Amino acid sequence: MATNYDYEEAPATYDEAHRQDLGYDPNFVPDSVKSLVVHLYRHIREKNVYEIHQMYEISFQTLSDRLFKDTPWPSVDAVAHFVDNDQVFCLLYREMWFRHIYARLSPTLKQRIDSWDNYCSLFQVVLHSVVNMQLPNQWLWDMVDEFVYQFQSFCQYRAKMKNKTEQEIALLRQYDQAWNVYGVLNYLQAFVEKSNIIQILEQEKEGLEQFTATDGYDYSGGSNVLKVLGYFSMVGLLRVHCLLGDYQTGLKCLLPIDISQQGVYTSVIGSHITTIYHYGFANLMLRRYVDAIREFNKMLLYIYKTKQYHQKSPQYEQILKKNEQMYALLAICLSLCPQVKLVEETVNSQLREKYGEKMARMQRYDDEAFAIYDELFSYACPKFITPSAPSFEEPLVNYNQDAYRLQLKLFLYEVKQQQLLSGVRTFLKVYSTISLGKLANYMEVDDPTLRTILLTYKHKTHAVDSEGKVISNADVDFYIDDVRKTFSLCKYLCAAEKMCFKLPCVLYNFIAADTDGIHKQLWTNLRLGYVKT
Amino acid sequence: MRRERETPKQQQQQVSYTVEHLVAVNPYNPDILPDLENYVNEQVSSQTYSLDANLCLLRLYQFEPERMSNQIVARILVKALMAMPAPDFSLCLFLIPERVQMEEQFKTLIVLSHYLETGRFRQFWDEAAKSRHIVEAVPGFEQAIQSYAIHVLSLTYEKIQRPVLAEAINIEGLSLDKFLEYQAANSGWILEKGHGRGQLIVLPQNEFNHPELKKSDADSVPLEHITRIFPILG
Repeated sequence: MATNYDYEEAPATYDEAHRQDLGYDPNFVPDSVKSLVVHLYRHIREKNVYEIHQMYEISFQTLSDRLFKDTPWPSVDAVAHFVDNDQVFCLLYREMWFRHIYARLSPTLKQRIDSWDNYCSLFQVVLHSVVNMQLPNQWLWDMVDEFVYQFQSFCQYRAKMKNKTEQEIALLRQYDQAWNVYGVLNYLQAFVEKSNIIQILEQEKEGLEQFTATDGYDYSGGSNVLKVLGYFSMVGLLRVHCLLGDYQTGLKCLLPIDISQQGVYTSVIGSHITTIYHYGFANLMLRRYVDAIREFNKMLLYIYKTKQYHQKSPQYEQILKKNEQMYALLAICLSLCPQVKLVEETVNSQLREKYGEKMARMQRYDDEAFAIYDELFSYACPKFITPSAPSFEEPLVNYNQDAYRLQLKLFLYEVKQQQLLSGVRTFLKVYSTISLGKLANYMEVDDPTLRTILLTYKHKTHAVDSEGKVISNADVDFYIDDVRKTFSLCKYLCAAEKMCFKLPCVLYNFIAADTDGIHKQLWTNLRLGYVKT
Repeated sequence: MRRERETPKQQQQQVSYTVEHLVAVNPYNPDILPDLENYVNEQVSSQTYSLDANLCLLRLYQFEPERMSNQIVARILVKALMAMPAPDFSLCLFLIPERVQMEEQFKTLIVLSHYLETGRFRQFWDEAAKSRHIVEAVPGFEQAIQSYAIHVLSLTYEKIQRPVLAEAINIEGLSLDKFLEYQAANSGWILEKGHGRGQLIVLPQNEFNHPELKKSDADSVPLEHITRIFPILG
């Protein structure tokens, strides 16, 4: 049951709801559906996790494709008596019912609100009563993922005030608690706390608990639901904070999960990808480019090797989409922080294929370059939201793009500040020692400006990590000796870059005349990208 | 047990303990907004700093824009500037609506940040002098920026001339003499004589300003690599 993040949200009005209702009878239950709910209910009661997973992942999907391509599933009231009117099962069924609406149809405002109510009821049950079930991790992940997705979708929907009907506005005012940001965050936080998952993970490191080893499942007769929901909620919190633009806190929420290892987060491909995508994005915005590059590289390699196994899965489309987005983000990171040696060969060749040309243009830092940064960022970034309720008083406007525009603007601002650094990098790859005067001359700036450029290079290539330590992410580096007024270059070249190491010095020895002219010409050629270093 | 009167410092520590605790366990709660605002003022007056608490407040302002206090936001941003080289200033900007960032005092702060991010210390101090009301409201501002300036200079320079240093930290004459003496005594700076009457400061060696020249295993470049470059120089 893939959630289609791409899907265009047409303004859903009451007319559309009627049209939906007209096409089908919500109380008609085909035999195949009856069979499915009866068996699923039994398997849940008997804790047959494998069978539950099969029915959830395959049977539900198959029936959706066959019978409910563009109609809702039968209403929960119609199926309740097949399952002893079991409260929890009905809540689970309803959750899937709404998920289907979001994936295949267009939810009305009333449906959005009802879905929120359903989540509240379902979550209350899990948080406050003893739930004696074992559900597959896939299902539990999908619940958290869908919950955050519907919140994001609601914020986008609500921010488009311009064409709202009077009934919609009235409903929005009446149900102002539905999908409010406090509620969403507090439910996720409640799962994390009530499940005690942070302490469990801590104690697991000391061998006092078993969680990762059993993939989160409880083999001593208990339930995995609260624990695993608590675990996945940490990823949910990371995601929500990214949507709000709070990258620092997002990463903090993820801290208890050690992403350098396998874990429950890797047990479900969707969770693995969502975690790394947001982790990488947050680090990009925090200017920790090396961390972002490392994780994107690992994830993209993993997807490359394993995507064939997911071809039949309902998540396949999503996997491919996120794959492409991460390549775009990787292209951005490497353009800002050229550390090619961090990227594995397979990933690198894929990257060159998709973005090789664009990356070359991005490093020229002209107007065209900024347009490409803009394009890639806009393509790959999360769907940022404005969490506050709209003002119903003013002239009604659409403000759903405001959040995205702000993040894009600030990102491009950072890119612009790094504009002159590529020039310094080019020089670092060619000269071992050069006088400040000459360098200023070749870069066509005056001495004070050159000094500020060099300071900027140092500042931007020395990021502050999560513990407040300064670490260099420069691939090539230098220091200034203000006595001899020289700028000495200290190189950490990788194999590919050795070609031009010491080259001009060699040339200087061979070509005696007009060394200045040669240097200037070489610099111009390098700057225009004619010479690949 | 003797009941002791709490000193103001102890009271302060208790307040900060409580607020940090709130931010850790109950951050998504509109009721803590006043506590967080007080905490900002407290950070200003006691020269402490908490990014997490300030981000928490900016988030709450995002959730309820009508409760936003521009004055508090300005103070948060000044504190964030003082935290450089950490990217805290940007992190705060990500959470402040664009229309608020267009206001005069915020535009000024963004310009100040830009100068610091791009090593333009002279322009920074000039601009800061014009905006005394903003920056003087936060004690410790000057020292924090000087500390950042020295940090970046230490990454960049092995030896630096006095005027260059003076411009970066905005200290001159006798005050600079005193400052240099203090650093020489406590931070390992070495003061040398430079050209003419100039003074040179040798900054402590660290891995960033004195990396060893790495020897490449192919010290000689293959001939075909050299010839490849000839046509371009042609």
